[in-house]
Amino acid sequence: MLEIRSISKTFNAGTPNELRALQNVSLTVEDRSFVVIIGTNGSGKSTLLNAVAGCFSLDAGAIFLAGKDVTGWPEHRRGRLIGRVFQNPFTGTAANMTIAENLALAAHRGKRHGLDWLLSKNLVSQFRDRVRALNMKLDDRLKDPIGSLSGGQRQALTLLMATWLRPELLLLDEHTAALDPKSADRIITVTEAIVRRDQLTTMMVTHSMQQAASLGDRLIMMHRGRIVHDFRGAEKKRLRADDLLARFEEVRRAELLDESAAEMLRRAYV
Amino acid sequence: MSLLLGALTLGLIYSLIALGVYISFRIFAFPDITADGSSTLGAALAAMLLVHGINPAAATMVGFGGGFLAGAFTGTLATKFKINGLLAGILVMTGLYSVNLHIMGRSNLSVLGSSTLTTYAERAGTALVHHASLSVLGWEITALEASLLVGSFLVTALVGCVMYIFFQTDIGTAMRATGDNPEMIRALAVNDQNMIILGLAISNGLVALGGALIVQYQGFADIQMGIGVIVWGLASVIIGEALVGTRQLGLSITGAVMGSVLFRLLVAIALRLGLNPNDLKLVTAGFVFLALITPGLLKKLNRSRTGSAHA
Repeated sequence: MLEIRSISKTFNAGTPNELRALQNVSLTVEDRSFVVIIGTNGSGKSTLLNAVAGCFSLDAGAIFLAGKDVTGWPEHRRGRLIGRVFQNPFTGTAANMTIAENLALAAHRGKRHGLDWLLSKNLVSQFRDRVRALNMKLDDRLKDPIGSLSGGQRQALTLLMATWLRPELLLLDEHTAALDPKSADRIITVTEAIVRRDQLTTMMVTHSMQQAASLGDRLIMMHRGRIVHDFRGAEKKRLRADDLLARFEEVRRAELLDESAAEMLRRAYV
Repeated sequence: MSLLLGALTLGLIYSLIALGVYISFRIFAFPDITADGSSTLGAALAAMLLVHGINPAAATMVGFGGGFLAGAFTGTLATKFKINGLLAGILVMTGLYSVNLHIMGRSNLSVLGSSTLTTYAERAGTALVHHASLSVLGWEITALEASLLVGSFLVTALVGCVMYIFFQTDIGTAMRATGDNPEMIRALAVNDQNMIILGLAISNGLVALGGALIVQYQGFADIQMGIGVIVWGLASVIIGEALVGTRQLGLSITGAVMGSVLFRLLVAIALRLGLNPNDLKLVTAGFVFLALITPGLLKKLNRSRTGSAHA
């Protein structure tokens, strides 16, 4: 279970570029729940994921994962509990190393690094089976450097790496945004299959209303560093892409209202 | 002939430095200037211990250990204290100058009177061939020259093999991944800072090992001897990449050794042809500069050629 307790983060505090990316955000994600996060640009949805992953220190608040207070844990320590797939296919894999070497590092996630030979025969045959199951014609290319693969292939492998050892939490940060539509569909299929098979607790940020409506059992909408909507259960199931667009429009209108109201008040009192 | 043998032997010894530079520059993409100081550190430690009659093998290993610590220090400055990598190396290198002077007690130290790995090799060589000299393909070479060449080859081959195995172990692969993509390796629960510290330690350990062996080859340690080794090492790595490419770890390691030997041969030939030794460093720096910009220039040239073909 993931528990986010009123966390805040402001980037470039005290400068003209000040960005209040997260404002007192609280969220509890139950075990085996699949949460989809959508939001306007700069709403803090990726920042929320990065806060959980430990990419920066928080200004306030605390994060608990699997019963442990991970607030002060550095990124690599949280990596023992968290599997991640990034927006950029280049981020999740080491381009100059082979497919097998990348997978082997993932298979050793969180274990002590010693002087054992990394690529055992047994491990390589496991890799071949799992890579074959991806249906991407990669099973004969285990010795090729990952840099020679397409973005979709790299994301599929990153997904495999992130979930090779069952993580307490899987973070997917717009992991299909940089792909062509066909590869994106393929990755979503693979994602669904893995999450369902391993019953993973998952948080997924997306730009695609289609994905947001069809995936997951809970949907969170963020705006300006806050959670503005939280749909779950039957309500989430009923949601369609059009409903979500309508909600976005609502948020936008409410904001216009806010600004004109503020202007009115300024005129009246200043 | 002895010029050729000398260049080969020196090239093999310097290839240890090239391998160290390969680790920092190529595996970690870390411009580590510590090498200039740590090579002298290895030399100073070995010379001081040899003069005091310590076993040469032990003295050489202490030299390695000194470089290892110096590299770990640079790594710590660069990661835990977030000092720019280049500057961290400069700080440690500068500090080491004083440390090395203290170790040696003066600016140069001769080990000619002590028993060293060179005297060991000479004894072993003479015992094996029973002559003070032997002839190879009609050339007369001394047992000393031959045994030094064989000895340095054995040491280099051993270090190269150990390196090849190490970088395919669990921890060695994590190190290569750290240099390739630190973000990814953090997500896979590896402490990338510790990997960099350990990697620079190994790199500088090898550089210092090279320094310790050079002392025993040339018979003295000098406070200035480390100046420019980083550029020599880089030149060797670049020549090696031109010879065998960069696709495989084993090839890269072999390439760095071959590059170092070839580089020493070129230097020996250039000096024989009358190159002023004072100009050696300038010429080397110029060579590395050209080697660094040539791939980019070639690409540009190709692009403009295909571009005009399309037009």
